[in-house]
Amino acid sequence: MMLETTWFILWGVLWAVYFALDGYDLGLGTMLPFLARKGMQGERDRRLIYNAAGPFWDGNQVWLVTAGGVTFAAFPGAYAALFSGMYTALFLLLFSLILRGVSFEFRRKVNSVAWRQTWDACHVLGSFLPALLLGVAFANIFQGIPLNAHGINEGGLLDLLNPYGLAGGVLFVLMFSLHGLLWLAVRTQGDLAESSVAMAKKLWVALLAMLALFLLMSAVYTKLFANYWENPILFAILLLPVVGLIQVRFALNRRASVLAWAGSAVAIIGVTLFGVLGIFPALLPSSIDPAYSMTISNAASSPKTLKIMLVVALLLVPLVIAYQAWVHVFFGKKITEEDLEHEEAY
Amino acid sequence: MDVLLLSRLQFAFTTFVHFIFVPLTLGLSILVAYMETKYLRTGNEVYKQMAKFWGKLFLINFALGVVTGLALEFQFGTNWAKYSEYVGDIFGSLLAIEATLAFFLESTFIAVWFFGWRLLPPKLHNLSIWIVAVATNISAFWILMANGWMQNPVGYVLNNGRAELDNFFALVSNPFGWQQFLHTLFAAYTISGFFVLGISAWHLFRGSNVDFFKRSFRIAAPFTVAFTLLLLVQGHYHGSNVAKYQPVKLAAMEAHWETMSKAPQYLIAIPDPANERNHLQLFPIPGGMSLLAYHSFDAEVMGLRDVPEGDRPPISLTFFSFRGMVGLGLLLLTFSAWAWCRRKEPELSPALMRLLPWIIPLPYIASQLGWIVSEVGRQPWVVYGVLRTQAGVSTGINMPQVAFSFGMFILLYSLLVAVGIYLLMHHGRKGPQ
Ligand code: HDD
Ligand code: HEM
Ligand code: HEM
Repeated sequence: MMLETTWFILWGVLWAVYFALDGYDLGLGTMLPFLARKGMQGERDRRLIYNAAGPFWDGNQVWLVTAGGVTFAAFPGAYAALFSGMYTALFLLLFSLILRGVSFEFRRKVNSVAWRQTWDACHVLGSFLPALLLGVAFANIFQGIPLNAHGINEGGLLDLLNPYGLAGGVLFVLMFSLHGLLWLAVRTQGDLAESSVAMAKKLWVALLAMLALFLLMSAVYTKLFANYWENPILFAILLLPVVGLIQVRFALNRRASVLAWAGSAVAIIGVTLFGVLGIFPALLPSSIDPAYSMTISNAASSPKTLKIMLVVALLLVPLVIAYQAWVHVFFGKKITEEDLEHEEAY
Repeated sequence: MDVLLLSRLQFAFTTFVHFIFVPLTLGLSILVAYMETKYLRTGNEVYKQMAKFWGKLFLINFALGVVTGLALEFQFGTNWAKYSEYVGDIFGSLLAIEATLAFFLESTFIAVWFFGWRLLPPKLHNLSIWIVAVATNISAFWILMANGWMQNPVGYVLNNGRAELDNFFALVSNPFGWQQFLHTLFAAYTISGFFVLGISAWHLFRGSNVDFFKRSFRIAAPFTVAFTLLLLVQGHYHGSNVAKYQPVKLAAMEAHWETMSKAPQYLIAIPDPANERNHLQLFPIPGGMSLLAYHSFDAEVMGLRDVPEGDRPPISLTFFSFRGMVGLGLLLLTFSAWAWCRRKEPELSPALMRLLPWIIPLPYIASQLGWIVSEVGRQPWVVYGVLRTQAGVSTGINMPQVAFSFGMFILLYSLLVAVGIYLLMHHGRKGPQ
């Protein structure tokens, strides 16, 4: 069971890292229409926003591919039940991400306003919908879905839109949007940085309220807290979102945008791990009967595969983190007017 | 129409579209990296321009490869849940390794390359595109080991009602997978070579940027002829491997009905599956098929009549796709040899310059045909000899769901492919600034 538990934790961490990284570029895309000014200034604003995420979004998105791949490799039963069970929602997520991905590359390849507006629309939709859908999906996972004895989800797309699921969706949209605004503050200066900080301050209040509501609803609608009462030390995980959000606020006052961004990354990781620890040992709890849940014992791969994959993960994931951290530091500097004038910019 | 058929069509459609973009990524990354290295060695600005111009086309193509790949990663779970449960132990790990080892590298360092022209020291900048080139080729290795395992399952035991990993080394040294890997890489390099030749020829014919495109042509010409030749020679060994591991597929590829030794190879044939014979077969080469498949005139080649009907793949489709691929291969060899002979002064051969742009689609078509041979010829098995395709499909999904996703894919991908081709043509014709 040690091996399966290790993989369960790794699985949760991978999703958490994905949210903390892709979260900021999805959030930036979501906030695009609110940030970019009208008129002549608007195009410059939009380019700054695209380029703020430019060097990173693809590398961030691969965390999703990896989280999916690892679910497949380590817990094939859960992979099968989850993705066939949330079929339509998953495809909506993928279609949105496809539109978002090409919008970066295509938008400035033809010199026409209508062309750019089309891809801007795709970009915003392709950023907002994934944030929403991921939130809805994970809240439903935390709450449990109607899995029957054959590992088949008896609910449909609309059943995902229950109060708790919707709350998760709103929470993720707010978390990601704040995260994106803070990243924009890291990468820009002047008007755009000012307005993103101002907007972040407002959003922060909304997020705090939403987080409190979400935790309250978790107590009402889910069994997440059972693990916590059994093992009160686990409550420490809730320090992550709380401390993270407090740090965001203080750092914003001091205009320390990197610290603020790091605070919201910690908060996102904390919220994800809060749910993941709550559902342990299930990856996909069944709301019909706990015996039908996909758990680390009935959904896992063989010990041999888990061992080999563990070696692979322990060797490669730190390496990935190292070079991605380097890229974030190296390319994370403020974007200048000069950067935009060169052809190697979006 | 049922969920099974629709899921198969959806999988086929989405991988075909992904594979429009993958080959160019595999080959053009190497050519661009080489051009930039050449710039560093010679200090000649034209090579820098070349890296930038071909790099721009590379990036348009890459973006489409990335987004279409994304959708594939999850389709095993959505439409092939039973399959995923059954083989996840083995197949899932290959995919996960591909992502952590290769996709992170390429997606991170392609951005380093694109945004790094002014910021990085030149050598480091060049290194970043080499990393991309190596990583994409590594990614092809893992995905094809996964596919190779479906074609020729090795290193597993049946346990707990599923295939479990027994020997990881057997998995990554799968002879069938290695042949597929080499064949697909050579095909990808061939495609990329013709892409560069074709666009260069378009400009040379019109006399625009002559020096620039002559140099591009000279880099691509030996590359193309070498890999086309390798592709065809190695393809022959690949065929022998099919004969060894998947005799039914071989029989379908050749529309060969009667088990016999000294089996002849007909240059022209038209299969008639309903009557278990060929409508027409002309120009036999005595013992040809035995020789091609088993390297001996006397070898016995199994015929389709000895295979129960339920175990045969669709015969005409497999047969014509194989013929098409091989025929196109021979045509491509001729063109690559012609281009190579004229590499010194290509613009003095207007006929060649006029034709080459039209050749660009042909290796693409050949490679899609090859995948039909490989994947349709594998039917009715999803994992050859182990799991039937119909046993792999998800049971929890219904027609409206699959119709929705498939419909959306058709809509979205048609648009994206159209835009992608338009942009490649637009920027290819514009030439370097
Ligand atoms: C430029 C494209 C191209 C060209 C000109 C050829 N091939 Fe090919 N072929 C492919 C691109 C390709 C491919 C798309 O890459 C496939 C699909 C699966 C694979 O491994 O490679 C393939 C599959 C494939 C298979 C089926 C393998 C399987 O069942 O998995 C065989 C036997 C051959 N090829 C043999 C040949 C021969 C004998 C050729 C010419 C004399 C040839 N190919 C030309
Ligand atoms: C990129 C090139 C590829 C193309 C064009 C391609 C094409 C196809 C086609 C035409 C089918 C439908 C066959 C039928 O049902 O008659 C199919 C099915 C399938 N392929 Fe591929 N394939 C490709 C690569 C791969 C790879 C690399 C894998 C695995 C790693 C794979 C896994 C599958 C699976 C799981 C199915 C569904 C089950 C089935 O119908 O057999 N394919 N593919
Ligand atoms: C059918 C199964 C396949 C799956 C599940 C799959 C998965 C993926 C995914 C998720 C990506 C995006 C990575 C990113 O975001 O950077 C991708 C891109 C890529 N895939 Fe596939 N792929 C499949 C077939 C193939 C085949 C057959 C090859 C090669 C022979 C291949 C080679 C590549 C390469 C080189 C890329 C890099 C981006 C590009 O294509 O431009 N894939 N693939």
